[in-house]
Amino acid sequence: MAKSVKVYSTSTCPWCIRVKQFLKENNVVFEDYDVGIDQSKADEMVKASGQMGVPVLDIQGEIIVGFDKDRIKQALGL
Amino acid sequence: MAIYDLIIIGAGPAGITAAVYAARKRMNFLVVTGDIGGQAAWSGDIENYTGYQFITGPELAQKFEEHMRKNNIPVKENEEAIGVEKLGEDILVKTNKSEYRSKTVIIASGKRSKELGVPGEGKFKNRGLTYCATCDGPLFVNKDVAVIGGGNSALDAAMQLIKIASKVYIINNSESLGGDLVVRQKIEAAGNLVIFNNSKVTAVLGDKMVNAIEILRDGKEERILAQGVFVEIGLIPNTGFVIDIEKNGRGEIKINDRNETNIPGIFAAGDVTDVPEKQIIIAAGEGSKASLSAFHYLARH
Repeated sequence: MAKSVKVYSTSTCPWCIRVKQFLKENNVVFEDYDVGIDQSKADEMVKASGQMGVPVLDIQGEIIVGFDKDRIKQALGL
Repeated sequence: MAIYDLIIIGAGPAGITAAVYAARKRMNFLVVTGDIGGQAAWSGDIENYTGYQFITGPELAQKFEEHMRKNNIPVKENEEAIGVEKLGEDILVKTNKSEYRSKTVIIASGKRSKELGVPGEGKFKNRGLTYCATCDGPLFVNKDVAVIGGGNSALDAAMQLIKIASKVYIINNSESLGGDLVVRQKIEAAGNLVIFNNSKVTAVLGDKMVNAIEILRDGKEERILAQGVFVEIGLIPNTGFVIDIEKNGRGEIKINDRNETNIPGIFAAGDVTDVPEKQIIIAAGEGSKASLSAFHYLARH
């Protein structure tokens, strides 16, 4: 079964756009939270990652900060 | 070890354009880079790249990357150069993952954000302190934030933040703000903006996240409560891996009009060089020049 993938991002952040582009190119289904609008998701992201930089990915509980292509590929088995 | 004709360090506008030209000249070459797109991928809206009346930074970076991929250019991504040295006629390029030999090298490693160099900066990076207002700005809705700097990038950050933050401080170390007059007038009119000139940050404070900064304002120490710190004090060239190459006072690699450095066979292009004006379109043009210069160099040697 496919892993659950959450992306915490802001609408303006270039790396967020690229990380989502990357996931789409690899046919990865993900939930997208705009933490610039959704304060509760922003809090959730800060709590999970211990920091405030975007993007943050939650791949089945594994937290990845930034567009770290190698780690994302590994976590998803791409 | 195989000897390449050319190794390009960096894949921003300069490096990618150099690569496209090298591919068309059928050179045996390699691109070594940490990321793809460079500063262009970080840029907001671009309205001065000919052919695109409007395009965002990430989109233009994507177009560059597609152009590169279309030419089947061999790219070593997530690989940082850590040393470039001349060994006899060849050049040895060391990276954090491997070593390569080449007859020519183009350094197109660009620039990165300058750091404050004060206590707390490292600890609170991404914990309220950021170098990318475009990325992280929206997280500071209804918070008090401080923008450090007084040039265009500081003004852009402030412009974005006055719309969402409850209070915005600008901490500027000179007598008055620089940057474009149009932008300056717009932000100066905002009711939630406080400008501190002749001020510099001496420390970033907090617990888990930032909650204050310490500044020296007209020689007096002050503490400002802020949950966000946006560092916008300019850029420095990525030249840590080249020691023997001649640089100017700003640390930029000196090149002539053929993109040659003082070391034969080593060329440089784009924002890492002393080329006047740093623009995406200029970096791209410089990349093509450097590639053609390397091609002519190979023909002569």
